[in-house]
Amino acid sequence: MNAAFLYALVGVGLFFLGLYALIVHTHLLRKILALNVMGSGVFLVLVALAKRTGNATPDPVPHAMVITGIVVAVSATALALTLMVRVAAETGRAELPDEERE
Amino acid sequence: MGRHRWLLFLLMLALTIGLACAILSLPDHMEGLQKVVANKMEVSGVSHPVTAVLLNFRGYDTLLEMVVLLLALLGVWSLGGPRPRSEIAPGPVLDCLARLLAPVFILVSAYLLWVGAHAPGGAFQAGSVLGAAGVLLLLAGWRLRFSLAQLPLRLVLIAGSAAFVAMAALTLFGAGRLLEYPPAQAGILILILETVATVSIGVTLAALFLGAPPEQKEKQ
Amino acid sequence: MGAVFLNIPWGIVLILLPLAAAMACFLWPAVAKSVGLVTVSVVALSVVGLVWQVIESGVYRHAVGGWGAPLGIDLYADGLSLLMLAITALVGLAVSVYSTAYFEQPLSARFWPLWLFLLAALNALFLSADIFNLYVTLELMGLAAVALTALSGGRDALSGAMRYLLAALLGSLAYLFGVALLYHGFGSVDIAILAQRVEAIPVTWAALGLMSAGLVLKTALFPFHFWLPPAHASAPAPVSAALSALVVKGSFYILLRLWLKIFGPLGVDGVEGLLGLLGAAAVLWGSLQALRQTRLKLLIAYSTVAQIGYLFLAFSLAMGGGVMAWGAAAYLALSHALAKAAMFLVAGNLLRFGGHDRISDLDRVVQRLPLTMAAFALAGVSIMGLPPSGGFIGKWLLLESALVQGRWDLVAVMIFGGLLAAGYVFKVLGYAFTQAAAPHEAKAVPASMEWAALSLAATAILLGFLASLLLSLVGIGNPFGAGEVTP
Repeated sequence: MNAAFLYALVGVGLFFLGLYALIVHTHLLRKILALNVMGSGVFLVLVALAKRTGNATPDPVPHAMVITGIVVAVSATALALTLMVRVAAETGRAELPDEERE
Repeated sequence: MGRHRWLLFLLMLALTIGLACAILSLPDHMEGLQKVVANKMEVSGVSHPVTAVLLNFRGYDTLLEMVVLLLALLGVWSLGGPRPRSEIAPGPVLDCLARLLAPVFILVSAYLLWVGAHAPGGAFQAGSVLGAAGVLLLLAGWRLRFSLAQLPLRLVLIAGSAAFVAMAALTLFGAGRLLEYPPAQAGILILILETVATVSIGVTLAALFLGAPPEQKEKQ
Repeated sequence: MGAVFLNIPWGIVLILLPLAAAMACFLWPAVAKSVGLVTVSVVALSVVGLVWQVIESGVYRHAVGGWGAPLGIDLYADGLSLLMLAITALVGLAVSVYSTAYFEQPLSARFWPLWLFLLAALNALFLSADIFNLYVTLELMGLAAVALTALSGGRDALSGAMRYLLAALLGSLAYLFGVALLYHGFGSVDIAILAQRVEAIPVTWAALGLMSAGLVLKTALFPFHFWLPPAHASAPAPVSAALSALVVKGSFYILLRLWLKIFGPLGVDGVEGLLGLLGAAAVLWGSLQALRQTRLKLLIAYSTVAQIGYLFLAFSLAMGGGVMAWGAAAYLALSHALAKAAMFLVAGNLLRFGGHDRISDLDRVVQRLPLTMAAFALAGVSIMGLPPSGGFIGKWLLLESALVQGRWDLVAVMIFGGLLAAGYVFKVLGYAFTQAAAPHEAKAVPASMEWAALSLAATAILLGFLASLLLSLVGIGNPFGAGEVTP
């Protein structure tokens, strides 16, 4: 176990912290933020474990994957935020109607 | 409700611990694809491994990712954007700041684009900085002229993805394989792609921030 | 001439052409309809070309960039991919023809780029052999689907789309986490290489759990189906058709590939049993809920929930050792796609006709829209699993596998599910013959919309006669590893 694993564990923690928040909170902005936190957790796991190459440079493939992932996350967040604003405009509240779960 | 939250919390805790154990069981040392990438760096056209992976070895992912960004903008535009708010004139501080900083942002963006060939940097990083410049200008009240906001804006928005698709088609019918760059020209081709992509990404991000699609008819 | 035809890279045309066409539609909305129709027709031809190519030269593998896995990304087409591509092309063609009449400006200008991007995403998904690339295609598909769902703009559509987006993103993130674990465990994201390197270590179990959970959420298997009925019911009719027929099959396809190549050979028993149980619950719950609905689109959406249950029953039986069940899964997926898309197009016709989709208020539509109701009846035959139809062949193969393995509980579920399906199909048909309490003003329904629905439904029936041909096609490249039985 070296320092890389510590960051990876933080990533796991972020993922489940975000998942808890996603399920528990009803306000849409909090749900979107929770998804972003979960995404950051996964990216952290990807990048942290890429440092296990010893003295050589880190593995570049996970780094490229995270760059791609960040762009995808930004795109999805933008769409989600706009949808949220429209839902709030139509229903008066930034929450999903008839909330059962997630 | 409180009881359900505790149960959920325990479930999350259990899953976290389980996954943590799984990750800790991984070997301390694993080189992954680092050596494979390092061996192919001479023919990749750039000297930074992440840029090489992003723009050459796994360039197909980058093509699709550019399309995802464009698609998000299409989705946002088709939703019609937020209700128009009354435009407040920017205060003197914001106005001055925007005028001073915007050129700096553009220079930094150009530098990041250039340096991406041999150090951390590249199209996405440069595009983000350019997008930030766009956001700053939008906050300061700047808007595109109507005539520029129709077809020219749309051309710039699709330019990045279109360049990738065009490159894909060219390499397909030229070399016979999708996105296979001839090693001698790989560097310059990647630079062209990255430049177009940077501008496109920057404009798309700024448009995403603004949210509302440009007016179809000229308003007085 | 034949040699030239064979050498064109049809698989890549399938991906690049819709991308280029979508961008063209975005630039010039005025030509969007024509560009869209031409593109979808060429896509359908390309699928035929690819099928011919694979039959002649065997499984198609293309190393993008010339690098080859594990450094680069590989495109791969075997019998299963061809089946999914064919479904996409057929439904895509019908939905496109339908949409030229259904959408007017300004919705039409927004619809075509999003729709063509969705087609590109689907084709890219079915051709990819790289699990990270599959993540990007999944997100592309999901965002396009959400944007299309919200297109009608009403309150139901917007909240349905929001719920859909949140569920889709959650599923994708869980899947990506699994990808990260598999890469760091075994050093590659290529499916073929992972299949060779994978071992039964804790990281694999974690990845299996995460990826299966994420994909099951995206495929709307009970109890994760909560997002599907609001989204599919409130989207515009052609979008609902595409969502139920194609988009949910995308994540199911990925789940199938992962289990067939990577996780299946490890010999996990519990998860298949669990998926089978959830599938059975989906069949019963979805069919019961469908019977209770008063609005046609919600009824059809819950029917999708039930039919997805059948897919997972097939999955569970097949992983348990019944190779025949894979044929059932393929046939069920194909006929459900055609029949369900036809049903949603019918609902769109009825909406255009009467301005509403309340089942009890269908005012003698059998006489006034005979083509449309014929389409619904034929599609219903396939959904119920009556001969001769694709649905019948699928259910027959499924019943046989269940009987061979002695799973009498699943046989009972299937029979009961078939009865319930008959219940909700005949409910609609019954009201279609009766007069409504207050007669409605009727608007004309364009012929292209009626014929699109009818041709899809007729193809679903036609599938009942093509069983041996299709099953041999699906077997190309041995995607199901026939002959391997999990220990």
